Amino acid sequence: MMNIPPLSKDVLALSMRRSYVELNARARAKELLDPGTFREILGPFDRVMSPWLPMQGIVPQSDDGCVVAKGTIDSQPAVVIAMEGKFQGGSIGEVCGMKMAEAFRLARIDNEKGIPTRAVLSLESGGVRLQEANMGELVIAEIYSEMVALRKHTPLIVVIAGPTGCFGGMSLAAGLASYVVMTQQARLSMNGPEVIEQEAGAAEFPSGDKPFVWSVNGGAQRAATGFADLLVEDDAAEIAKAVRSLFSKGHPAKLRTDKYELFIKRLSAMDWSRQWTSEDIRKVWKEVAE
Amino acid sequence: MEILTFEFPASGPKGKRAHVGVVGSGDLEILMEPADGNRTKVKIQTSVAGFGPTWKAVLERFLQNYPAASNIEINDFGATPGTAALRLRQAVEVSKS
Repeated sequence: MMNIPPLSKDVLALSMRRSYVELNARARAKELLDPGTFREILGPFDRVMSPWLPMQGIVPQSDDGCVVAKGTIDSQPAVVIAMEGKFQGGSIGEVCGMKMAEAFRLARIDNEKGIPTRAVLSLESGGVRLQEANMGELVIAEIYSEMVALRKHTPLIVVIAGPTGCFGGMSLAAGLASYVVMTQQARLSMNGPEVIEQEAGAAEFPSGDKPFVWSVNGGAQRAATGFADLLVEDDAAEIAKAVRSLFSKGHPAKLRTDKYELFIKRLSAMDWSRQWTSEDIRKVWKEVAE
Repeated sequence: MEILTFEFPASGPKGKRAHVGVVGSGDLEILMEPADGNRTKVKIQTSVAGFGPTWKAVLERFLQNYPAASNIEINDFGATPGTAALRLRQAVEVSKS
Protein backbone atom coordinates (compact mmCIF):
# COMPACT_ATOMS: atom_id res chain seq x y z
CA MET A 1 0.00 0.00 0.00
CA MET A 2 1.22 3.45 -0.81
CA ASN A 3 2.07 5.70 2.08
CA ILE A 4 0.84 9.22 1.41
CA PRO A 5 2.38 11.75 3.78
CA PRO A 6 -0.11 14.18 5.34
CA LEU A 7 -0.26 17.60 3.66
CA SER A 8 1.38 20.44 5.53
CA LYS A 9 -0.74 23.23 7.00
CA ASP A 10 0.56 25.65 4.37
CA VAL A 11 -0.48 23.41 1.50
CA LEU A 12 -3.92 22.87 3.03
CA ALA A 13 -4.37 26.60 3.55
CA LEU A 14 -3.35 27.24 -0.04
CA SER A 15 -5.80 24.66 -1.37
CA MET A 16 -8.65 26.29 0.58
CA ARG A 17 -7.92 29.69 -0.89
CA ARG A 18 -10.19 31.16 -3.56
CA SER A 19 -8.50 33.80 -5.71
CA TYR A 20 -9.99 37.30 -5.86
CA VAL A 21 -7.60 38.35 -8.65
CA GLU A 22 -9.09 35.72 -10.97
CA LEU A 23 -12.70 36.86 -10.42
CA ASN A 24 -14.35 39.22 -12.88
CA ALA A 25 -15.74 42.56 -11.72
CA ARG A 26 -19.28 41.25 -11.14
CA ALA A 27 -18.09 38.29 -9.08
CA ARG A 28 -15.83 40.59 -7.05
CA ALA A 29 -18.76 42.86 -6.18
CA LYS A 30 -20.75 39.78 -5.09
CA GLU A 31 -17.85 38.65 -2.87
CA LEU A 32 -17.63 42.00 -1.09
CA LEU A 33 -21.36 42.24 -0.34
CA ASP A 34 -23.23 40.07 2.16
CA PRO A 35 -24.27 36.79 0.48
CA GLY A 36 -27.48 37.08 -1.55
CA THR A 37 -27.73 40.88 -1.32
CA PHE A 38 -26.07 41.76 -4.66
CA ARG A 39 -28.36 43.91 -6.84
CA GLU A 40 -26.81 45.42 -9.95
CA ILE A 41 -27.67 48.92 -11.13
CA LEU A 42 -27.34 49.68 -14.86
CA GLY A 43 -26.36 46.11 -15.64
CA PRO A 44 -25.50 44.60 -19.04
CA PHE A 45 -29.13 44.38 -20.22
CA ASP A 46 -29.64 48.12 -19.65
CA ARG A 47 -27.07 48.54 -22.43
CA VAL A 48 -25.69 51.86 -21.21
CA MET A 49 -22.48 51.64 -23.21
CA SER A 50 -19.87 53.92 -24.69
CA PRO A 51 -21.16 55.63 -27.85
CA TRP A 52 -17.62 56.78 -28.62
CA LEU A 53 -15.79 53.46 -28.99
CA PRO A 54 -17.76 52.12 -32.02
CA MET A 55 -17.21 55.46 -33.80
CA GLN A 56 -13.49 54.68 -33.55
CA GLY A 57 -13.91 51.08 -34.66
CA ILE A 58 -13.60 49.60 -31.17
CA VAL A 59 -16.05 47.01 -29.82
CA PRO A 60 -17.85 48.31 -26.70
CA GLN A 61 -19.01 46.30 -23.66
CA SER A 62 -22.59 46.23 -22.37
CA ASP A 63 -21.63 47.59 -18.91
CA ASP A 64 -18.72 49.73 -20.15
CA GLY A 65 -16.42 47.82 -17.82
CA CYS A 66 -17.97 49.10 -14.60
CA VAL A 67 -20.24 47.10 -12.27
CA VAL A 68 -22.30 49.11 -9.78
CA ALA A 69 -24.04 47.04 -7.12
CA LYS A 70 -26.16 47.79 -4.07
CA GLY A 71 -26.49 45.39 -1.18
CA THR A 72 -25.36 45.19 2.41
CA ILE A 73 -22.00 44.80 4.16
CA ASP A 74 -22.37 43.47 7.72
CA SER A 75 -26.10 44.20 7.31
CA GLN A 76 -25.48 47.91 6.57
CA PRO A 77 -26.58 49.34 3.20
CA ALA A 78 -23.61 49.50 0.86
CA VAL A 79 -22.62 50.33 -2.68
CA VAL A 80 -19.81 48.41 -4.36
CA ILE A 81 -18.27 49.58 -7.62
CA ALA A 82 -15.95 47.18 -9.44
CA MET A 83 -13.89 47.92 -12.54
CA GLU A 84 -13.25 45.16 -15.10
CA GLY A 85 -9.56 45.25 -15.97
CA LYS A 86 -9.90 43.02 -19.03
CA PHE A 87 -12.10 45.45 -20.95
CA GLN A 88 -9.97 48.29 -22.36
CA GLY A 89 -7.54 47.96 -19.44
CA GLY A 90 -10.18 49.11 -16.96
CA SER A 91 -9.92 52.56 -18.49
CA ILE A 92 -12.30 55.31 -17.41
CA GLY A 93 -14.56 56.51 -20.22
CA GLU A 94 -17.54 58.81 -20.04
CA VAL A 95 -20.13 56.11 -19.29
CA CYS A 96 -18.31 53.93 -16.75
CA GLY A 97 -16.85 57.01 -15.04
CA MET A 98 -20.28 58.59 -14.74
CA LYS A 99 -21.73 55.34 -13.34
CA MET A 100 -19.03 55.51 -10.66
CA ALA A 101 -19.47 59.22 -9.88
CA GLU A 102 -23.28 58.93 -9.72
CA ALA A 103 -23.09 55.87 -7.47
CA PHE A 104 -20.91 57.84 -5.04
CA ARG A 105 -23.29 60.83 -5.27
CA LEU A 106 -26.38 58.71 -4.53
CA ALA A 107 -24.56 57.02 -1.62
CA ARG A 108 -23.73 60.47 -0.22
CA ILE A 109 -27.37 61.59 -0.56
CA ASP A 110 -28.51 58.42 1.24
CA ASN A 111 -26.05 59.18 4.04
CA GLU A 112 -27.32 62.76 4.28
CA LYS A 113 -30.90 61.45 4.49
CA GLY A 114 -29.92 59.35 7.49
CA ILE A 115 -29.44 56.03 5.69
CA PRO A 116 -25.82 55.18 6.55
CA THR A 117 -24.44 53.70 3.32
CA ARG A 118 -20.99 52.17 2.98
CA ALA A 119 -18.87 52.41 -0.16
CA VAL A 120 -16.20 50.15 -1.68
CA LEU A 121 -14.37 50.69 -4.95
CA SER A 122 -12.59 47.67 -6.44
CA LEU A 123 -10.08 49.07 -8.92
CA GLU A 124 -8.38 47.57 -11.95
CA SER A 125 -7.58 50.55 -14.08
CA GLY A 126 -4.94 52.00 -16.35
CA GLY A 127 -6.51 55.44 -15.86
CA VAL A 128 -8.42 57.61 -18.30
CA ARG A 129 -9.63 56.02 -21.57
CA LEU A 130 -7.56 57.79 -24.20
CA GLN A 131 -10.25 57.33 -26.88
CA GLU A 132 -12.62 59.44 -24.75
CA ALA A 133 -9.90 61.78 -23.54
CA ASN A 134 -11.56 65.02 -22.46
CA MET A 135 -14.84 63.44 -21.36
CA GLY A 136 -12.88 60.82 -19.45
CA GLU A 137 -10.83 63.50 -17.67
CA LEU A 138 -13.97 65.49 -16.84
CA VAL A 139 -15.72 62.51 -15.38
CA ILE A 140 -12.62 61.59 -13.35
CA ALA A 141 -12.81 65.08 -11.83
CA GLU A 142 -16.46 64.31 -10.93
CA ILE A 143 -15.35 61.05 -9.33
CA TYR A 144 -12.77 62.87 -7.17
CA SER A 145 -15.22 65.49 -5.93
CA GLU A 146 -17.87 62.87 -5.13
CA MET A 147 -15.28 60.76 -3.27
CA VAL A 148 -14.22 63.75 -1.18
CA ALA A 149 -17.87 64.51 -0.36
CA LEU A 150 -18.77 60.90 0.43
CA ARG A 151 -15.79 60.03 2.65
CA LYS A 152 -17.00 62.55 5.27
CA HIS A 153 -20.01 60.29 5.89
CA THR A 154 -18.56 56.80 5.62
CA PRO A 155 -15.14 55.23 5.30
CA LEU A 156 -14.56 54.82 1.56
CA ILE A 157 -12.49 51.73 0.88
CA VAL A 158 -10.48 51.07 -2.27
CA VAL A 159 -9.41 47.50 -3.06
CA ILE A 160 -6.59 46.98 -5.59
CA ALA A 161 -6.07 43.32 -6.36
CA GLY A 162 -4.35 42.95 -9.73
CA PRO A 163 -3.32 41.90 -12.27
CA THR A 164 -4.02 45.21 -14.08
CA GLY A 165 -3.28 47.38 -11.05
CA CYS A 166 -4.20 50.99 -10.54
CA PHE A 167 -2.60 53.77 -12.56
CA GLY A 168 -3.07 57.29 -13.83
CA GLY A 169 -6.16 59.16 -12.70
CA MET A 170 -7.41 56.19 -10.70
CA SER A 171 -4.20 56.11 -8.61
CA LEU A 172 -5.19 59.57 -7.41
CA ALA A 173 -8.67 58.22 -6.66
CA ALA A 174 -7.01 55.55 -4.51
CA GLY A 175 -5.15 58.36 -2.74
CA LEU A 176 -8.49 59.95 -1.87
CA ALA A 177 -9.86 56.82 -0.22
CA SER A 178 -10.16 56.48 3.55
CA TYR A 179 -8.41 53.12 3.32
CA VAL A 180 -6.57 51.23 0.57
CA VAL A 181 -6.39 47.42 0.60
CA MET A 182 -3.82 45.77 -1.69
CA THR A 183 -2.57 42.30 -2.57
CA GLN A 184 1.08 41.54 -3.36
CA GLN A 185 0.09 41.07 -7.00
CA ALA A 186 -1.40 44.58 -7.26
CA ARG A 187 0.44 47.69 -8.37
CA LEU A 188 -0.32 51.31 -7.59
CA SER A 189 1.40 54.17 -9.37
CA MET A 190 0.70 57.41 -11.19
CA ASN A 191 2.62 56.53 -14.38
CA GLY A 192 2.70 52.97 -15.63
CA PRO A 193 6.10 51.24 -15.99
CA GLU A 194 6.01 51.33 -19.81
CA VAL A 195 5.21 55.04 -19.79
CA ILE A 196 8.13 55.87 -17.50
CA GLU A 197 10.50 53.76 -19.59
CA GLN A 198 9.34 55.47 -22.76
CA GLU A 199 9.78 58.94 -21.27
CA ALA A 200 12.94 58.47 -19.18
CA GLY A 201 14.69 55.45 -20.70
CA ALA A 202 15.24 51.85 -19.69
CA ALA A 203 18.17 52.81 -17.43
CA GLU A 204 15.77 54.87 -15.30
CA PHE A 205 12.91 52.36 -15.24
CA PRO A 206 13.24 48.94 -16.92
CA SER A 207 9.56 48.06 -17.36
CA GLY A 208 10.36 44.46 -18.35
CA ASP A 209 12.12 43.79 -15.03
CA LYS A 210 9.17 42.49 -13.04
CA PRO A 211 10.88 42.21 -9.60
CA PHE A 212 12.10 45.79 -10.03
CA VAL A 213 8.67 47.09 -11.08
CA TRP A 214 6.94 45.36 -8.15
CA SER A 215 9.65 46.58 -5.73
CA VAL A 216 8.66 50.13 -6.67
CA ASN A 217 4.89 50.02 -7.07
CA GLY A 218 3.80 46.56 -5.85
CA GLY A 219 1.45 46.03 -2.95
CA ALA A 220 4.16 45.11 -0.40
CA GLN A 221 6.14 48.30 -1.03
CA ARG A 222 2.99 50.45 -1.09
CA ALA A 223 1.85 49.02 2.24
CA ALA A 224 5.35 49.47 3.76
CA THR A 225 5.40 53.13 2.73
CA GLY A 226 1.89 54.02 3.82
CA PHE A 227 0.20 54.32 0.43
CA ALA A 228 -1.86 51.25 1.28
CA ASP A 229 -3.27 50.46 4.71
CA LEU A 230 -3.61 46.68 4.50
CA LEU A 231 -1.65 44.06 2.57
CA VAL A 232 -3.76 40.93 2.11
CA GLU A 233 -3.40 37.53 0.46
CA ASP A 234 -5.16 36.98 -2.86
CA ASP A 235 -8.12 35.32 -1.16
CA ALA A 236 -11.72 36.42 -1.74
CA ALA A 237 -12.83 35.65 1.81
CA GLU A 238 -9.81 37.40 3.34
CA ILE A 239 -10.36 40.53 1.24
CA ALA A 240 -14.06 40.64 2.18
CA LYS A 241 -13.02 40.27 5.83
CA ALA A 242 -10.40 43.02 5.53
CA VAL A 243 -13.02 45.39 4.11
CA ARG A 244 -15.39 44.61 7.00
CA SER A 245 -12.66 45.13 9.60
CA LEU A 246 -11.87 48.56 8.16
CA PHE A 247 -15.54 49.57 8.20
CA SER A 248 -15.82 48.57 11.85
CA LYS A 249 -12.71 50.67 12.60
CA GLY A 250 -14.57 53.75 11.35
CA HIS A 251 -12.93 56.83 9.90
CA PRO A 252 -9.10 56.94 9.87
CA ALA A 253 -7.46 59.25 12.42
CA LYS A 254 -6.09 61.30 9.54
CA LEU A 255 -6.82 61.01 5.82
CA ARG A 256 -3.86 60.40 3.53
CA THR A 257 -4.65 63.61 1.64
CA ASP A 258 -4.34 65.58 4.90
CA LYS A 259 -0.81 64.25 5.43
CA TYR A 260 0.71 66.19 2.52
CA GLU A 261 3.16 68.06 4.77
CA LEU A 262 4.59 64.78 5.97
CA PHE A 263 5.01 63.53 2.39
CA ILE A 264 6.75 66.78 1.36
CA LYS A 265 9.10 66.44 4.36
CA ARG A 266 9.92 62.87 3.35
CA LEU A 267 10.56 63.79 -0.27
CA SER A 268 12.89 66.63 0.75
CA ALA A 269 14.86 64.21 2.96
CA MET A 270 15.73 62.04 -0.07
CA ASP A 271 19.15 62.23 -1.66
CA TRP A 272 18.35 63.34 -5.22
CA SER A 273 21.92 62.93 -6.53
CA ARG A 274 21.56 59.16 -7.00
CA GLN A 275 19.04 56.52 -8.05
CA TRP A 276 16.76 55.50 -5.17
CA THR A 277 15.99 51.93 -4.33
CA SER A 278 12.79 50.75 -2.70
CA GLU A 279 14.82 50.16 0.52
CA ASP A 280 15.98 53.81 0.49
CA ILE A 281 12.37 54.92 0.32
CA ARG A 282 11.31 52.64 3.17
CA LYS A 283 14.25 53.95 5.26
CA VAL A 284 13.50 57.64 4.73
CA TRP A 285 9.78 57.02 5.27
CA LYS A 286 10.64 55.46 8.64
CA GLU A 287 13.12 58.18 9.64
CA VAL A 288 10.74 60.99 8.84
CA ALA A 289 7.84 59.53 10.80
CA GLU A 290 4.40 60.97 11.42
CA MET B 1 -14.74 46.48 -36.64
CA GLU B 2 -17.55 44.65 -38.42
CA ILE B 3 -21.22 44.28 -37.53
CA LEU B 4 -22.87 41.02 -38.59
CA THR B 5 -26.52 40.02 -38.27
CA PHE B 6 -28.04 36.57 -38.67
CA GLU B 7 -31.51 35.11 -38.38
CA PHE B 8 -32.42 31.46 -37.95
CA PRO B 9 -35.68 29.54 -37.54
CA ALA B 10 -36.22 28.50 -33.90
CA SER B 11 -38.49 26.48 -31.63
CA GLY B 12 -38.17 24.93 -28.22
CA PRO B 13 -38.40 25.82 -24.53
CA LYS B 14 -37.08 29.18 -23.44
CA GLY B 15 -34.72 29.91 -20.58
CA LYS B 16 -34.02 33.08 -18.62
CA ARG B 17 -31.84 35.84 -19.98
CA ALA B 18 -28.10 35.34 -19.55
CA HIS B 19 -24.94 37.43 -19.66
CA VAL B 20 -21.51 35.84 -19.90
CA GLY B 21 -17.97 36.76 -20.89
CA VAL B 22 -15.93 39.90 -21.26
CA VAL B 23 -14.83 42.07 -24.21
CA GLY B 24 -11.18 41.30 -23.49
CA SER B 25 -8.33 40.02 -25.62
CA GLY B 26 -9.30 36.70 -27.27
CA ASP B 27 -12.67 36.69 -25.55
CA LEU B 28 -16.22 37.93 -26.10
CA GLU B 29 -19.38 38.92 -24.29
CA ILE B 30 -22.81 37.39 -24.91
CA LEU B 31 -26.20 38.80 -23.99
CA MET B 32 -28.89 36.18 -24.58
CA GLU B 33 -32.59 36.87 -24.05
CA PRO B 34 -35.64 34.73 -24.79
CA ALA B 35 -37.55 36.08 -27.81
CA ASP B 36 -41.19 35.91 -28.87
CA GLY B 37 -42.06 34.06 -32.05
CA ASN B 38 -40.01 31.39 -33.77
CA ARG B 39 -36.83 33.17 -34.88
CA THR B 40 -33.42 33.51 -33.29
CA LYS B 41 -31.76 36.80 -34.15
CA VAL B 42 -28.04 37.29 -33.66
CA LYS B 43 -26.13 40.57 -33.80
CA ILE B 44 -22.35 40.44 -33.64
CA GLN B 45 -19.94 43.33 -33.24
CA THR B 46 -16.47 41.98 -33.85
CA SER B 47 -13.02 43.55 -33.84
CA VAL B 48 -11.89 41.12 -36.56
CA ALA B 49 -13.50 41.72 -39.97
CA GLY B 50 -14.01 39.07 -42.65
CA PHE B 51 -15.15 36.07 -40.59
CA GLY B 52 -18.87 36.11 -41.46
CA PRO B 53 -18.96 32.53 -42.80
CA THR B 54 -17.08 31.22 -39.73
CA TRP B 55 -19.57 32.92 -37.40
CA LYS B 56 -22.48 31.48 -39.38
CA ALA B 57 -21.03 27.96 -39.06
CA VAL B 58 -20.43 28.34 -35.30
CA LEU B 59 -23.98 29.64 -34.77
CA GLU B 60 -25.62 26.93 -36.91
CA ARG B 61 -23.82 24.23 -34.97
CA PHE B 62 -24.85 25.86 -31.67
CA LEU B 63 -28.50 26.24 -32.69
CA GLN B 64 -28.76 22.55 -33.57
CA ASN B 65 -28.42 21.91 -29.83
CA TYR B 66 -30.21 25.00 -28.61
CA PRO B 67 -33.21 25.72 -30.80
CA ALA B 68 -35.04 28.14 -28.42
CA ALA B 69 -36.08 31.48 -29.96
CA SER B 70 -33.67 34.09 -28.61
CA ASN B 71 -32.14 37.45 -29.24
CA ILE B 72 -28.39 37.06 -29.01
CA GLU B 73 -25.94 39.94 -28.93
CA ILE B 74 -22.23 39.23 -29.14
CA ASN B 75 -19.47 41.75 -28.54
CA ASP B 76 -16.33 40.04 -29.76
CA PHE B 77 -12.70 40.98 -29.14
CA GLY B 78 -10.98 38.35 -31.25
CA ALA B 79 -12.30 35.11 -29.74
CA THR B 80 -11.51 31.91 -31.64
CA PRO B 81 -14.45 29.81 -32.92
CA GLY B 82 -13.78 27.39 -30.05
CA THR B 83 -14.01 30.12 -27.43
CA ALA B 84 -17.17 31.48 -29.08
CA ALA B 85 -18.79 28.02 -29.00
CA LEU B 86 -17.88 27.53 -25.32
CA ARG B 87 -19.23 30.95 -24.36
CA LEU B 88 -22.50 30.21 -26.20
CA ARG B 89 -22.89 26.95 -24.27
CA GLN B 90 -22.06 28.77 -21.04
CA ALA B 91 -24.82 31.29 -21.82
CA VAL B 92 -27.30 28.41 -22.18
CA GLU B 93 -26.21 26.96 -18.84
CA VAL B 94 -26.66 30.33 -17.14
CA SER B 95 -30.08 30.75 -18.78
CA LYS B 96 -31.18 27.41 -17.28
CA SER B 97 -29.85 28.09 -13.76
